Amino acid sequence: MNPRNMGEIPDPDGIGEVGNPVCGDLMKIYIKVEGNVIADIKFKTFGCGAAIATSSMVTELVKGKTIDDALKVTNKDVAEELDGLPPIKMHCSLLAEEGIKAAIKNYHNRKTKKHPHPFNKSVCTYIESHSK
Amino acid sequence: MQDLIYMDHNATTPVDNRVLEAMLPYFSEKYGNPSSIYRLAKECDLAKEKSREKVAGLIGAKPAEVFFTSCGTESDNLAIKGVCFANKERGNHIITSKIEHHAVLSTCKWLEKEGFEVSYIGVDKYGIVNLHELEKSITDKTILISIMYANNEVGTIEPIADIADIAKTRDIYFHTDAVQAVGKIPINIKDLEIDLLSLSAHKLYGPKGIGALYIKKGANIDPLLHGGHHERNKRAGTENVPGIVGLGVASEIASEDIEKSKEIKILRDKLEKGLLERIDDIKINGHPEKRLDGTLNLCIKYVEGESMLIHLDYNNIAASSGSACTSGSLEPSHVLTAMGISPEIAHGSLRFSLGKENTEEQVNKILETLPPIVEKLRAMSPLYPEG
Repeated sequence: MNPRNMGEIPDPDGIGEVGNPVCGDLMKIYIKVEGNVIADIKFKTFGCGAAIATSSMVTELVKGKTIDDALKVTNKDVAEELDGLPPIKMHCSLLAEEGIKAAIKNYHNRKTKKHPHPFNKSVCTYIESHSK
Repeated sequence: MQDLIYMDHNATTPVDNRVLEAMLPYFSEKYGNPSSIYRLAKECDLAKEKSREKVAGLIGAKPAEVFFTSCGTESDNLAIKGVCFANKERGNHIITSKIEHHAVLSTCKWLEKEGFEVSYIGVDKYGIVNLHELEKSITDKTILISIMYANNEVGTIEPIADIADIAKTRDIYFHTDAVQAVGKIPINIKDLEIDLLSLSAHKLYGPKGIGALYIKKGANIDPLLHGGHHERNKRAGTENVPGIVGLGVASEIASEDIEKSKEIKILRDKLEKGLLERIDDIKINGHPEKRLDGTLNLCIKYVEGESMLIHLDYNNIAASSGSACTSGSLEPSHVLTAMGISPEIAHGSLRFSLGKENTEEQVNKILETLPPIVEKLRAMSPLYPEG
């Protein structure tokens, strides 16, 4: 009921946005990187209880980790830390994993000025796989 | 659950004490099978028939036109499949609406695979069925029109008398799923050209596991369940006597209490007005006048339904929502969608459905509790405009 790390970072080093309000879940992850460590991380979520819980949990898991270690965090880790999720809610944990990856990708893009986009968007892979 | 504020009466209702009391003897004392010959059994048979009269009384029908089923869903299945299979020589086209309960929609979808054709009529932004579209879709192969009496999600009451007349003039069977309407609004079948009507006990302070189908005398329908000769060969299976007794008493009480819905309306209107005053960017769904007195369905922008329900539950308030997460699929409510509401707004829907035992105090508690919940979730939402 009291999610951690809720909010925005005013001048973030990377922003990742995942999901889609059309399917009922939208997660935005902000990261601050120092050296190659994720020094600060915040999230905002529009979604159900599981969506909010997984976003909060993933920020706790990733805070203070190196970028490489952060990329290794999977949705299963998030679900385990929450003591499991019902099967239909597992896709919320997938969103959490993708949110981190999108934020990190955006950080890299900004650094290399490859794609000067303010944030990286990721499609909801659950929808992708279920709409076929 | 003493402190529970239960606001989900469209989902189910608590069994009235008088109903429970009436049912209990029929479990262990008067346990006879009504089809048997001896006195114990005949007592049960009599109780069953007395209940049939009470149910008939609630809807203005003749007892011989009331048939007991296990629930509203079964009544819908029996009505729709029963008419279709009995009349398939005459035609194979069914007309229904986009906002029906899944018991009707899934049955129609299944019938489409069995060679029937179905037209799903649209509704306006209030949820009222488009009568013009309905009439236009009638063909010489149309054998059934099925439109719900009142919608379970938004409470909108359909123009049943008009639709029944249309069906009658074209000699088409008319079925209405009245599960949400029976016991809440007065229904007099004598005044309406209805052929079939579904109802369910657990929506009117009766037990779960028992429903009924009104079948107009002379209607040709195939049974769903084959077996013994129960319910005049329309529905085989040893009768659920305790359930039937319960439905009978619940119907009697509902007939007596029908005026109580005015009090429920006062509370619902207070809740609605209070929420409109305290929360910005919300929208009430359903017809402003032609709506069930206890139903309040609203969309709260920038937040999602299930997360609101969880917070409400922490505060001992029980309600429901049309969001995808609560429906078990990825799509939000098909009813709100048919009414033209976009998915992201529909995901933020809440339904409060009030009943006889709700109080003004409880309404005040919700008015205190919900606004801070919305504020908290909006602060967390990437969609909420800052500043």
